Amino acid sequence: MKLPAFEYAAPSTPAEVVQLLAARGGDARVIAGGQSLLPTMAFRLAQPSLLIDLRNLDALKAITIDESGVVLGARTRWCDIEDEAALGAAHPLLVEAISHVAHYQVRNRGTVGGSLAHADPAAEMPCIAATCEAQLRLLSPRGERLVRADEFFCGPLTTALADDEIILDVRLPPWPSGRRWSFMEFARRAGDFALAGVALFYDLDAQQRARNVHIGVVGACYYSKRLPLAEGTVEGRVVTPELGMAAGAAAAEEADAADDIHASASYRKALVAELLEQALSRAATR
Amino acid sequence: MNIRFELNGQGVEADVQARTTLVDCIRHHFKQTGTHVGCEHGVCGACTVIVDGDAVRSCLMLAVQASGCKVTTVEGLTPPEGLSPLQASFRRHHALQCGFCTPGILTTAHALLTHEPNADRARIRHVLSGNLCRCTGYINIVEAVYDARGAYADPAGAAGDTIERNSL
Repeated sequence: MKLPAFEYAAPSTPAEVVQLLAARGGDARVIAGGQSLLPTMAFRLAQPSLLIDLRNLDALKAITIDESGVVLGARTRWCDIEDEAALGAAHPLLVEAISHVAHYQVRNRGTVGGSLAHADPAAEMPCIAATCEAQLRLLSPRGERLVRADEFFCGPLTTALADDEIILDVRLPPWPSGRRWSFMEFARRAGDFALAGVALFYDLDAQQRARNVHIGVVGACYYSKRLPLAEGTVEGRVVTPELGMAAGAAAAEEADAADDIHASASYRKALVAELLEQALSRAATR
Repeated sequence: MNIRFELNGQGVEADVQARTTLVDCIRHHFKQTGTHVGCEHGVCGACTVIVDGDAVRSCLMLAVQASGCKVTTVEGLTPPEGLSPLQASFRRHHALQCGFCTPGILTTAHALLTHEPNADRARIRHVLSGNLCRCTGYINIVEAVYDARGAYADPAGAAGDTIERNSL
């Protein structure tokens, strides 16, 4: 369908963006790549009176890698992540997860900040933010604040972002070398939203036991989150095929999947179990 | 809203509503109907155009967002006489039947080979997964794109002056 009518602004500073948002009291939306927002508007699921384009805010396009981790500006596109070779070592889990995002043309416009703000539980970036305990730097007329990913995602397409607030960047903690990790998802067609997926990483102690276990889920959840039961199953143990099965069972138990037109809840839970088992096996040999 | 951008190498100007998508602007304001409108929500790839060197879905981009950009459509890939090497390869391999998806596939493949002239069949297949074709089964499309790679190995030998225009 054609888009509903709206006004359009493209301010040149973040401060102007949040002032415009505040002036509209929740009736305006921010647009970056528009790859989620414009279809949402085409379906009349959103009808903002004003779109505020971030296209002139070049400072939000930066990718920074240093000892404090990886900072992705909100306007970082999926193709920018692909093109940044240093991310392969600085955050291999991010790079692998992002390789599953949508199709070629969408990847050339879709942004990190847009995906986080849209907060689709089937999207990869919110899962990576939740799994890696990322922090989001937000700006409103009241100033900046840092919000942890587990406090940011509240429900499907629902976040802690206030009506007059924007995402400036997302900060992923540093990635030690030698960390074990894996990302796996299952979609019926390449580029589709996954029916289910898992992201995981852990570090090895001197006895080759998994420590600092982080497991996140894509698709089979109410919102992007970690799976503490499954993490607890793996924590402090040597990763074996038997442990993988036990972790998979725990993950299926706690994944709050729902029935929808694409798959039943029980099918999604079974996928989570299988994918986690495979992902742990891959991580152990990586 | 008044916008200006470069369409297939020519500076253009239009007065559009904010809600006008780039594809509707290209088709309705500039009567360049090579770019097709399929699903209008970013699924089918029929409307793919090249904006500042990148293949994008023009139904998921507002015309105002193209302001100041260089936009290339299938018309811009076509030399004044005859066919571009990529187009000729499509003809040689019988890579289209009804042709509705073809402009989007040509622009996608052109952007891909311009950036990655050595793309293998797996990469071509992966990239073209964003373009729906309900006729061909894709085999001949993949072969046509693969076979056109030679034309992109040397940028000067590729499709007309499009490469230079987009400074890819």
